[in-house]
Amino acid sequence: MTPAQTKHHQKYRGEVHIDQERCKGCGFCIEFCPTKVLAFSREFNAKGYHPPVVVDIDKCMGCNLCGLYCPDFAIYAVRFENNKNKNS
Amino acid sequence: MKADPAGVLTGTHFLRGNDACCEGAIAAGCRFVAGYPITPSTGIIERISKRFPYTKGEFIQMEDELASSIAIQGAVWGGARAMTVTSGPGFSLMMEHIGLAVMSETPCVFVNVQRGGPSTGLPTLPGQADMMQARWGSHGDYEVIALCPDSPQECFDLVIRAFNLAEKYRVPVMFMMDECIAHMSEKVVIPEAGEIEIEPRRYTDLPPGEYQMYQPDDDLVCPMVKAGDGYRFHVTGLTHDQRGYPVISPECQEELIPRLIDKIIKNEPDIRMIHQDIPEDAEIVVVSYGITSRIVPMAIQMASEKGIKVGSLRPVVVWPFPEQVIRELADRVKAFVVVEMNCGQIYYEVERCVAGKAGVYLAPHAGGTVHKPEQILNKILEAAK
Amino acid sequence: MTEPNPIESYLRMDRMPHIWCPGCGIGTSVNCFIRALQETRLPLDKVSIVSGIGCTGRVAGYLNLDSFHTTHGRAIPFATGLKLANQDLKVVVFSGDGDLVSIGGNHLIHAAQRNMDITVFCVNNFNYAMTGGQYGPTTPISATASTAPYGSFQMPFNVPKLAESAGAVYVARWTTYHVRQLKKSMVDALNKKGFSFVEIISPCPTLYGRKNKLRDGLTAMQWYKKHSVMKQHPSTAEIDLGLRTYILVGKFVDIERPTFLDGMNARYEQVRNSNKRG
Repeated sequence: MTPAQTKHHQKYRGEVHIDQERCKGCGFCIEFCPTKVLAFSREFNAKGYHPPVVVDIDKCMGCNLCGLYCPDFAIYAVRFENNKNKNS
Repeated sequence: MKADPAGVLTGTHFLRGNDACCEGAIAAGCRFVAGYPITPSTGIIERISKRFPYTKGEFIQMEDELASSIAIQGAVWGGARAMTVTSGPGFSLMMEHIGLAVMSETPCVFVNVQRGGPSTGLPTLPGQADMMQARWGSHGDYEVIALCPDSPQECFDLVIRAFNLAEKYRVPVMFMMDECIAHMSEKVVIPEAGEIEIEPRRYTDLPPGEYQMYQPDDDLVCPMVKAGDGYRFHVTGLTHDQRGYPVISPECQEELIPRLIDKIIKNEPDIRMIHQDIPEDAEIVVVSYGITSRIVPMAIQMASEKGIKVGSLRPVVVWPFPEQVIRELADRVKAFVVVEMNCGQIYYEVERCVAGKAGVYLAPHAGGTVHKPEQILNKILEAAK
Repeated sequence: MTEPNPIESYLRMDRMPHIWCPGCGIGTSVNCFIRALQETRLPLDKVSIVSGIGCTGRVAGYLNLDSFHTTHGRAIPFATGLKLANQDLKVVVFSGDGDLVSIGGNHLIHAAQRNMDITVFCVNNFNYAMTGGQYGPTTPISATASTAPYGSFQMPFNVPKLAESAGAVYVARWTTYHVRQLKKSMVDALNKKGFSFVEIISPCPTLYGRKNKLRDGLTAMQWYKKHSVMKQHPSTAEIDLGLRTYILVGKFVDIERPTFLDGMNARYEQVRNSNKRG
C-alpha cells in the first residue's frame, strides 16, 4: 500500500479516461501505475493494439502518472477527494 | 512607407562600397545582422557592429556561415528585417538555408561580395563567378532575385531595393557585389529619410483562427505573421500545404513549387531593372553587370571610333534574368558581346534567350582584376565581322 | 472517450495521430513538456518552439505554439536569431541527439558559450532514428546500428559534460522513465535565464532498441528504472556511457552568469551614453 492509502481511508480517488483508438499498446501506463489500476484489455482497437482497461478503479488515486507517461496522449486521470470515509 | 530617420546618414559622403552597403541596409530598416568574417565582405559587418548600437539594431557574429544564414531567418520571424554578409566560400555554405528561405518564404538579404574562386581562390581580389550559383546554388526548383551594383552609390541605393523586393515577394534576395566595388571609395549621396521609400512587411489583417500561413494573394505572395502575436503558426522546410503543415505528396508539391517559381517569374516585369543605352541602328550590344560594366563605355567608344555601332545593356537585376529584353533585341541586332569577370555564366543566359537569332560572344576573365578595354574591344570587333 | 484530454489545447489535434512509434519516448517527453509549460504559467503566445530534423524534430509540428521546423542541426542558431529579434519570447529548442550534437554540435557549444537565453531539450535515443537507425555521436561502444552492423567502436559524447564545458548554466539528464523529475527539470530549465540544457534518454523500440536487445519501449523503460542512478549532486565526470552499465541522472549544473543579451544590451547602452554621435 502507498502512503496515501491506509486500511481505513484513501484520501484521493481517481477517474480514468482512455482513448481506445489513440492507444498504441506500449504498456507504460499499465506498468508504471503505482496501484496497478490498469491491465491490457483482451480486445483490439482498430489499429490492432490492446488498449489498457481499468481493472480496479477503487485503487486509483488520480495521480495521473498514466497521463504523464503516455506517449500518445491516450489516457489521463482526474483526481477528486474521497468522500467515502470509513472513519470520520 | 518612408525610412526611419534614425538610420539615415543624410548627406554627401565619400564611402567604400562596403560602407555604403551597410548604410543602405540601415536606411532600409535592417535591424538584425548575423555574419561571419570573410574577406572582402568583412568591412560591412565591421561598420554594422559600429553603427548598430545607435540605430537600435542587433549584430551577432555567429560561429560560421551556416549559423549566420539561418539566424537571420529566425530574426525575420521574430519581426526584424535581417541581412547576412559573406563571400564565395561562405556563400557556398549558405546554400541550404537559401533554400529554406525560399521554401518558407522568409524575406531576407544575402550579400555576396564576390572574390576570385573557386574554393579559397583570390580572397582579396574581385570576381563575378558566383552569378549562376546565386540562381542555382541550392538544391531543388526555385527562383530568387539577385541584384548587381556597379558603384558605391548603387551599393547604397540598390541594397534598399533588395530589402524592398525581399519584403514584396517574400523571397531571399542575393546582393551580388564584388571586391572591387566593396573596397573602392566614391561619392555617395544619401538623401533625406523622407525621400527613401521602404516596402513594409506584408503582415496579415486576419485574426488568429482565420489566417492561413500560405494562402496567396493575387500576386502569389502570402501575407505574413511573426512569433509572439498569438497565431500559433508552423513554418517548415518540408513541402507543406496552405496551413503550413508538412504534406509529403506529389499533389502538395505540385501546388506549392510552381507557385514559388511563378511568384517571381510572373512578376518579372515589375522586378526587372536594367540600364540600356542602345542606339536605333546598333549592330552590337554589349551585356555586362557590376564592376565590369564600368570598363565597357571605354571599349564602346573605341569601337565607335572604328565605325562600329555599339549599344550597352546592363542588367541591374540579373535574376530573374530579363529574357524578354534580350529576345526583343535579338531581332534587331547582329550580335551580343557578354563581358563578365568569369569564364562564362550570364553568357549562357544571353545565348539561351537569343536562341540563335544573333551571334553571342563572350569576353571572359578568370578573375582578379577588371578587363582591359582592349579585351572587350577585340571581342566587339570579332562580333562585328 | 468521455472528455478530451486537458492537454489537447497544447497540441495540434488536427495533425494527430503523430508519427512516433509505439513505445517511443518522444511522446512522453512532449507530454512532460506540456505539463511543464502548464506549471510555469508562461503566456503561450510568447512561447516559440524550434526543432531540427529527425524524429524529435517533428515535435515542433505537433505543438500548438509558434513553431519552426528548420534544417538539420541548425535549430539553435535559428532560435538565436528569433530570441534576439524579440527578447520577449521564450524560445525552446526541442531536437534529437544527432541533430543537436553531431551536425549541430558547433552551434550547441557556441550558444552555450554565449549563454544565449534559450532552453534546449535534447532527446537522446542513441541513433539517427528517422533515417533508419544509423549510429550517431551518442551511440555506445559495441551497440549495433545500420551503419555499424558489427557494433560501434567510436567513443560517444558525454553530452551533459559537453554542455557544461561549453558554459551552459543549467544542465540536467533524465530518462523518460523519470517523468516527474523530468517535468520538474523542464520547469526549472524554462524558468532559468540563460542557456539551459536537458538531455532526455528515450527508447527507440523500432530501431536502436530492436538492434540492441530493447525490443519494445517497455523493456527499455524497465531497464532505465532498474539501472538509473540518482545522486544528490552528480558530476558530469561520473557519467558512464557504456551500453549495459548504468545511467547517471539528475541535475548537474545550475549556476548564474550574464547572458549574451545582458552583455549586448549593457554595452550598447554604455556606447550610446558615452558618445551621442552615431
